[in-house]
Amino acid sequence: MRGKRFAALTVGLLVATLAACSAGSTTTPGTSGQTAGPSTTAAPGSSTGTGPTGSDPTGSASPAPAGDGALAIGFVLEPTSLDFTQTDGAPITQALLLNVYETLVKTDQNGDIVPLLAESYDVSDDGLTYTFQLRDGVTFSNGTPFTAEDAVFSIERVKTDWKPSVKAGMDVVASATATSPTELTVVLSQPSRSWLFDMTTRIGAMFSRTGVDDLANTPIGTGPYTLQAWNKGDSIVMERNTAYWGTPPPTKTVTLKYFADPNAMNNALLTGGIQVVSTVQTPEALGQFADTSKYQVIDGSSTGEVLLSMNNRTGPLSDLRVRQAISYALDRETILDAAWSGYGTLIGTHEAPTDPWFTDVDTYPYDPQKARDLLAEAGQSDLTLRLTLPPVGYAAAAAPIVISQLAEVGITVQDSDVDFATWISNVFTNHDFDLTIINHVEPRDAPTLFGNPDYYIGYDNATVRDLFTKADGELTDEAANTDYQQALDQIAADAPVVWLWSFPNLIVADADVQGIVQNQISAAFELATISQG
Amino acid sequence: MVWSLLRRALIFVASVLVASLLVFWVLDNGCEPARNALGVSGTPESVAALCSDMGLDRPLVVQYVDWLGGAVRGDFGVSYVSNAPIGPTLFDQLTVTLWLVAGSMVVALLIAVPLGMLSALRNGRPLGYLLSGISQIGVAVPAFLAAILLVLVFAVRLGWLPANGYVVPAADPVDFLRHMVLPWISLGVVQGAVLARYVRSAVLDELGQDYLRTARSKGLTPFRALRRHGLRNASIPVLTVVGVNLVTVLVGAVIIERIFTVPGIGKGLADAAERRDLLTVQAIVVTLVLVALLISFLVDVAYALIDPRLRTRAGA
Repeated sequence: MRGKRFAALTVGLLVATLAACSAGSTTTPGTSGQTAGPSTTAAPGSSTGTGPTGSDPTGSASPAPAGDGALAIGFVLEPTSLDFTQTDGAPITQALLLNVYETLVKTDQNGDIVPLLAESYDVSDDGLTYTFQLRDGVTFSNGTPFTAEDAVFSIERVKTDWKPSVKAGMDVVASATATSPTELTVVLSQPSRSWLFDMTTRIGAMFSRTGVDDLANTPIGTGPYTLQAWNKGDSIVMERNTAYWGTPPPTKTVTLKYFADPNAMNNALLTGGIQVVSTVQTPEALGQFADTSKYQVIDGSSTGEVLLSMNNRTGPLSDLRVRQAISYALDRETILDAAWSGYGTLIGTHEAPTDPWFTDVDTYPYDPQKARDLLAEAGQSDLTLRLTLPPVGYAAAAAPIVISQLAEVGITVQDSDVDFATWISNVFTNHDFDLTIINHVEPRDAPTLFGNPDYYIGYDNATVRDLFTKADGELTDEAANTDYQQALDQIAADAPVVWLWSFPNLIVADADVQGIVQNQISAAFELATISQG
Repeated sequence: MVWSLLRRALIFVASVLVASLLVFWVLDNGCEPARNALGVSGTPESVAALCSDMGLDRPLVVQYVDWLGGAVRGDFGVSYVSNAPIGPTLFDQLTVTLWLVAGSMVVALLIAVPLGMLSALRNGRPLGYLLSGISQIGVAVPAFLAAILLVLVFAVRLGWLPANGYVVPAADPVDFLRHMVLPWISLGVVQGAVLARYVRSAVLDELGQDYLRTARSKGLTPFRALRRHGLRNASIPVLTVVGVNLVTVLVGAVIIERIFTVPGIGKGLADAAERRDLLTVQAIVVTLVLVALLISFLVDVAYALIDPRLRTRAGA
C-alpha cells in the first residue's frame, strides 16, 4: 500500500493503555483500503439523514430528555494537549471527536458510515466526485455558522497545517469546493473507498474558519458539548452546548476523570466519585461489580486485535511451517480465559467482528501434535525464540500461557519486558525481535499490517497487496468485500501472526446509567447519549 | 550569625547547581526526545531535522547554560509531548504537593509529640511499652499499604470520604479537606510513628539531665519540669529528623498521589516519565532537589535560631 501510510498505525494504546505512554506512540486514524462506502442508510442520492448523534440507527441509545444532570466518567490516559491537529495520542480524539468536533459522516454501531453534519452525500459513478449536502442552521460554539466554506477550509487545512504523520488520509483529495453554502464537492485524484472512512476520523473534523487560533486550549466545534475546563492531571469538564443543532444531550455536565491507577478508578466507581469506568483494565477485578442492582457490565466489541506478532523477515520464523506450528501449538481459548477472563472474541484472521468483511475462520485449530510434526519437518527440533513484551496488562497476562504452551511442543521462549519507547525502537523501528504481543487498535488496519513488507511484521505477499489496492478502488461494497475476504483468507493461510483474540470493549457503570455506546468502533468516546437515572 | 548564614546560603546555591548539572547530564539522551515526538512515523532524516530544531545537537554545556538561564526565571521550556510550557503546570503541581506534605507533617507531629512524650514519661511502665509497640507497628507499615487500607475502610466500606481526587482549596475548602484527609493520614501516620520514636528518645535524654532533676527536686511534676526546661532542648534532634523526613514524605507523596489521583508533582513526574517527556522530568527532578536542599538549609537556619550554642559555635 502507500508508503506514507506506514505511519498511520497504532499499536495498542487506546485500549492497551495500562502504563503505556501516549506520546511516542501514535494513534493516527484511518488506514488505507477500507470498503465501507455509502451504506444502505446513506445510499447515494438519498437525503434521509440519520439525525443527530443521539439517535443512532440501531436504536440502542435513544437520548433521555435534557436535564440538569451531571456525571463523571473514568479514563486511563489523559490528553497531553487538546490539539489533535498537532499532537498524536488517542486520548485527545477520545475526548473531543463527536463531542466537541463533528465530522461530515460517522460510523454507527454496525460499522456503517452514516451522515452527521452532511444530511446526505452522493458519489459519482467513477467514484471520484463526492457531493455532500450539508445541514442548514448548524453553528460553531463561537457563534459563527457552519457552511461549506468551513468544510473546504477544514479539509484544506489538513494538507497545509496538520502534523505530517496524520494527514496522509487527505492525500487523495484533488480539490474541495463550496458549490453553495450547503453543498460541498470533493474530487479525488483516484477512487478511494478508504477516504470516506478516514473522514469519520479526526482528519474529518470540521473547524471554524475563525476558531483555530488556540486549539490546544480552546477547541471550537459544532458538537453537543463544549469544553468548560481542563484541570490538568485530573479532569476535563464538558458542558452541554446550548446552541447545538441536534437533539440536546440529556446530561448537562460530563466530567472526564483521569486515573493512572486502575484500582483507583475502580474505587472511584465504588465510592460514587465516577459513574462509568470507560475501559476495564483488570477484567479479573470485575467481581466487585457483580451486584447487578448496583452495577452493569457492558461487554461490546472494539476494533482491537491482540496479536502474537512474529518476525516474518529472517530466521526460523521466515519458514511458513514454523509459523504454522506456532499457530497450531496455541490453545487460544485457554489463553483468552486465563489472560482476559474470557472477555473478547476468538478470531482466525485479521479484523474485528464489526468490520464489514469479518470472516469467522479457524485455519489452525489447537493441535500440538501437528505443531511438533511441522517443526520436525522444518528441521527445528530445538528452537529458541525471544518474546519482547510492551508494558501493557494483556501482554503480561497472556505471555506466561503462550510460553508454556509453546514449551509443550518443544519451543523455548525467553521473554523480556521493555518500556514502550524501547518497544517502538527495537520491535517497530529496528525489527529486532522474534515474537511480541500487542493489541492493534486501529479500525480496518489489515492493509497497514499486511500490505506493507516494510512494516514491523515483515509480511510480504504481492497477491495480498494487489487485492488491497484493488479493493480500495472498487466501486461497490460487494466487490470490495470480496477482494478483502480473499486477501484475509490468504493472510490467514500464511500465518504471519497468531490472532490471540479480538479485544472487548469492556465498560462498568452504575446500574441506572443509560445510553453508553456498546461497541467501540470509532476512536471517539461519545458522551451525547449518556445519562443517569 | 550573618556570616554563618551566608556560608550556608552559598553551599545551598552550589549544591543546587551541582545537582541540576548532574540531572541534566544523566537525563541527556541525545536526539531521543525528537525520536519520541515523531513516534512510529519518524525517519532518520526527520528525526535529525527535529533534533536540530530542538537544539539537541548542541554541546551539552551550551544546552545546560541555556536551560539554566530559563529555569532561573521560572521558564523550563516547552514540553516536547504536549507543546505547552512546563513552568506553569509545574507550579500548580508543586502547590498541590506542598499542601499534601504540609498537611501530613502536621498529622505526623500531632501523633508524634504526644505519643513520644507520653511513652518517655511512662518509660518502663505498661503504657510506655504499649505506646512503643504502637509506634513500632506504625514504622513497619509502608505508606502505600496504609493508603490502600484506609481507602478500603473509610471510602469503600464506610463511604465517609472520597476515595480519590482533588479539589482546589479556594474553590471549596470543605471539599478540599474531605479529599485530603485520607492522603494526609496515610503519609502522616507512618511519619508520626517514626518521629514518635525520636521524640521519645530525645525526651528520655532530657529527663536524665541534671537540671531536670534539680527542677523536679523543687517539686515540679516530670511533665511540668519537662515543659519548662527540657522541651526546647529536646526539639533540636527532633527538628533534624523532621527535616530529613520531610524529604522522605516528599518521596512518599509520589506514590500517595498516584493512589489518590492527586495532581501533584509526584503524579506529574510519573506521568512525564511514562510519556518520556524528558524536559518535564528534568524540570520536576530539579525542583524536587531544590525543595529538598531548601528544607535542609532551613533546618540549618532553624537550629541556629533555636540553640544559641550552635549559633556561636557556627559563627566562631
